[in-house]
Amino acid sequence: MTHRLPIELTLNGRPQRVDVEVHHTLLEVLRDQLGLTGSKECCLVGECGACTVIVDGRSVNSCLMLAVEADGHEVRTVESLARAGDLNELQRAFLDKGATQCGFCIPGQLMSAEALLEHNPDPTVEEIHEALAGNLCRCAGYEQITEAVLAAAEALRR
Amino acid sequence: MTAGAVGTSPRRGGGHGRVTGAQQYVGDIRMPNMLETRLVTVDAAHARILSVDTSEAYKVPGVHLVMTAADLPQPVPRFGPQYEDRPVIAVDEVRYHGEPVAAVAAETRDAAEAAARLVHVEYEELPAVFTVAGALDPRAPLVQDPSLRRGPLASTNVLNEHRHEWGDVDGAGAGADVVVENTYAFPMVTHFAIEPHGFIAAPDGDGIAIWSSIQHPYWLQRTMARILGLPLARVRVLAPDPGGAFGGKQHVKYEPLVALMALRTGRPVRLTLSLEETFQAARRNSAEVRVRTGFHSDGTVTFREIIADYLLGAYADISDRVVGKGTYPGNGPYRVPACRIVARAILSHTPPSTAFRGFGAPQVNWAVEANLDEAARQLGIDGLEIRLRNLARKGEVFIPTDRPADGDWQESVRRAAELIGWNSPAPPGHGRGIAVGIKLGPTTGLSYATVRFLGDGSVLVYTGTSDMGQGARTIFAQIAAQELGVPLDRINVVSGDTFAVPYDQQTSASRSSVLMGNALLDACHRIHEQLRSMAARLHKVPESDVVVERGVAVVGGREIPLVEVLLAGLGRMGGELIGNGTARKEEMPGHPLGGDAAFYEFNCTAVEAEVDEGTGEIMLHRHVTVSDVGKALNPLQVRTQDEGAAIMGLGHTLMEHYIYDEAGRIRNLGAIDYRIPTSKDLPLEMVSAIVENEDGPGPYGAKGMSEGALLCVAPAVAAAVQQAAGVVIRDLPLTPQRVWEALEERRRSREPEVVS
Repeated sequence: MTHRLPIELTLNGRPQRVDVEVHHTLLEVLRDQLGLTGSKECCLVGECGACTVIVDGRSVNSCLMLAVEADGHEVRTVESLARAGDLNELQRAFLDKGATQCGFCIPGQLMSAEALLEHNPDPTVEEIHEALAGNLCRCAGYEQITEAVLAAAEALRR
Repeated sequence: MTAGAVGTSPRRGGGHGRVTGAQQYVGDIRMPNMLETRLVTVDAAHARILSVDTSEAYKVPGVHLVMTAADLPQPVPRFGPQYEDRPVIAVDEVRYHGEPVAAVAAETRDAAEAAARLVHVEYEELPAVFTVAGALDPRAPLVQDPSLRRGPLASTNVLNEHRHEWGDVDGAGAGADVVVENTYAFPMVTHFAIEPHGFIAAPDGDGIAIWSSIQHPYWLQRTMARILGLPLARVRVLAPDPGGAFGGKQHVKYEPLVALMALRTGRPVRLTLSLEETFQAARRNSAEVRVRTGFHSDGTVTFREIIADYLLGAYADISDRVVGKGTYPGNGPYRVPACRIVARAILSHTPPSTAFRGFGAPQVNWAVEANLDEAARQLGIDGLEIRLRNLARKGEVFIPTDRPADGDWQESVRRAAELIGWNSPAPPGHGRGIAVGIKLGPTTGLSYATVRFLGDGSVLVYTGTSDMGQGARTIFAQIAAQELGVPLDRINVVSGDTFAVPYDQQTSASRSSVLMGNALLDACHRIHEQLRSMAARLHKVPESDVVVERGVAVVGGREIPLVEVLLAGLGRMGGELIGNGTARKEEMPGHPLGGDAAFYEFNCTAVEAEVDEGTGEIMLHRHVTVSDVGKALNPLQVRTQDEGAAIMGLGHTLMEHYIYDEAGRIRNLGAIDYRIPTSKDLPLEMVSAIVENEDGPGPYGAKGMSEGALLCVAPAVAAAVQQAAGVVIRDLPLTPQRVWEALEERRRSREPEVVS
């Protein structure tokens, strides 16, 4: 038996109302009902980080959060990063440092990095590794991802 | 030089979509009326299917089809790149844990999931074989029906045996001062691309369209045409850039099932595998390798014998080739007068094993390099020196049936030794290891490329290579930029549609920069020829007075950009120039592999490690990887391929392995219980370097290079662990538990070195 409830959230800066199945995750609603497929689906157990979004300023595995739990909260996805088509500093740094390979994990990496930099504008390498430890990259571009986060942090501090 | 041309590191082609979330992988495609699929499996490695009852499943609202073997054309179609042994869905028996017995298509994933749980499969569990010893036991159940197989091995679980031999191995033993013999194990590991495999099929007029995260779209097109009885011109394969592949997405898997379901329902049907299902869809061959090597007291090798048993899954996929091609250069890049390699491809009740970065070479490399280190210690020669003494020189034949050494491999080894500080003492408690590896490039190949030089001087490049993260799009755009003098932001690379892009045999074996690169170069040269005629006509000189090269036409000593020639030459009617190029590596009749290697991938890896005596954890202080790449067309992409391969190699070295229960079920499916390297598992320092002597067969002297840095990670780490902690471990991965147990053994025995 399915059961639907309406939820209201702020999604990428705009109010969003949507009726959701109570057992659906935030990831399923973002991808299948709201057409935001930037957040990716891989392990569905909160281990790979491909589905990472920012909820009220904190990075969250959207596969582990029920959509109804997002009711009344502020959710940001990878689609919010570029403004009017202009890439933000992190996105540019990911391209310039070669951090993006197959690209499937990148939306999650970017959202974890975005959340990190909002709290810590001058992270060390160890802090970056820690903050992004929940985002698997099988291309293993970890060195370049770290370099990109450092470069973006520096650019944002200027 | 044109911006973004060869030898520079411009931003990745397709990068914008990858950082904005706009990139559409198969799982992101939405189409009207699409049905979602869920597979039905049983929790057994080997079982006889007694009955499949779909009646309850059909009662779930939104369910359109529950496909079982009985609903398929009879006999159920089979497919496979080497042997057509794999049925579209399990027939009579389940032969590995996770083999689907039925599949449900419904309006939503929820409905498909609910219905899949209601498909009642009655089955009788049968004894399963899931180890080399189990499969070879004379009383073992046969994995495949002997009637499906040919030859004297048909009534055994040995699919095939590959023998490769030169010199007098049996006689050479007498002349050796020292003979070292041991067995080494390589674990069963999986590709774990972050994008799980995705498939969509939809009726398309009087044919079919199939979307797949596949590496080889043209191979899929051929397979589907055969199964469906359609001409190639009615089978359209669309292959969006895969989200990682590593060999696991080379070959056809569930596309035939999804296509038959689409034709049955008349609607688009999608199947997206869960991560757990990808573990049961593709994996690397595990292996047990016995190595016996004879040495003179100065460390030179007198003979080597390798007995390698590779454990395949229930269906061959491409793994017989993996075993044959992977072990053929199993002796390594060494000059050895006598060598015998016997490699067996053994079937078992485990998921189908397939290609995986390194293609069978890392397994035998682990054994041979580790064996070499054991000999070096016995002989009192260091690991660097024993390798340099035996390493083939450039131009030297080291496999009598194949091409000579095609690189200055000593240079790579010396570079790695220098970067790890081999000749300076290691800090207390640290150990160092060094190892080398080679792998063959493609032995045959056929790639076509088309270039359209459009009426505004921009360029469309058509290449059938799949860009799965290695950066093929970037490389091809750079080649076109170099040859036509057009900046990268005016070049677009089109791929992933068999109705639009000409044939490419496959994306594998690190071939694309070389084979597709050469096809593209050829296509650019066809355009150069046309531009030469144009320039001659425009400047009223004989064609012989015009030289066209690398972006310019030289007429009477004056360099004219090719875009200028094009625009003037096309005139008021506009139009475009089209160039078609081909690269072909022919089969060689009589060659053991059907063709020699287009190039060798050579790598030297050196590491410095420390072992935590209390926990058995290995800390990598420094990891050096040096690859001979011929020419780095894009140095940053070369670096990311090398470092990515190196870190992937740390996975099977330190942590990755399937764990089976006593009945052959996999106990660690998925991301919680199967660990791959994260940002917290990196060496403290990763150093990658390349050797560039422009001596490869690809454009501008490039060689293929995406696999080398994975080949010899394990032996380098194991040698460092031995030096740091005095323990020799011959079974991968070197988990903390395994290392700790070896340390305990050492403490108990109070011996300086113990073996576990």
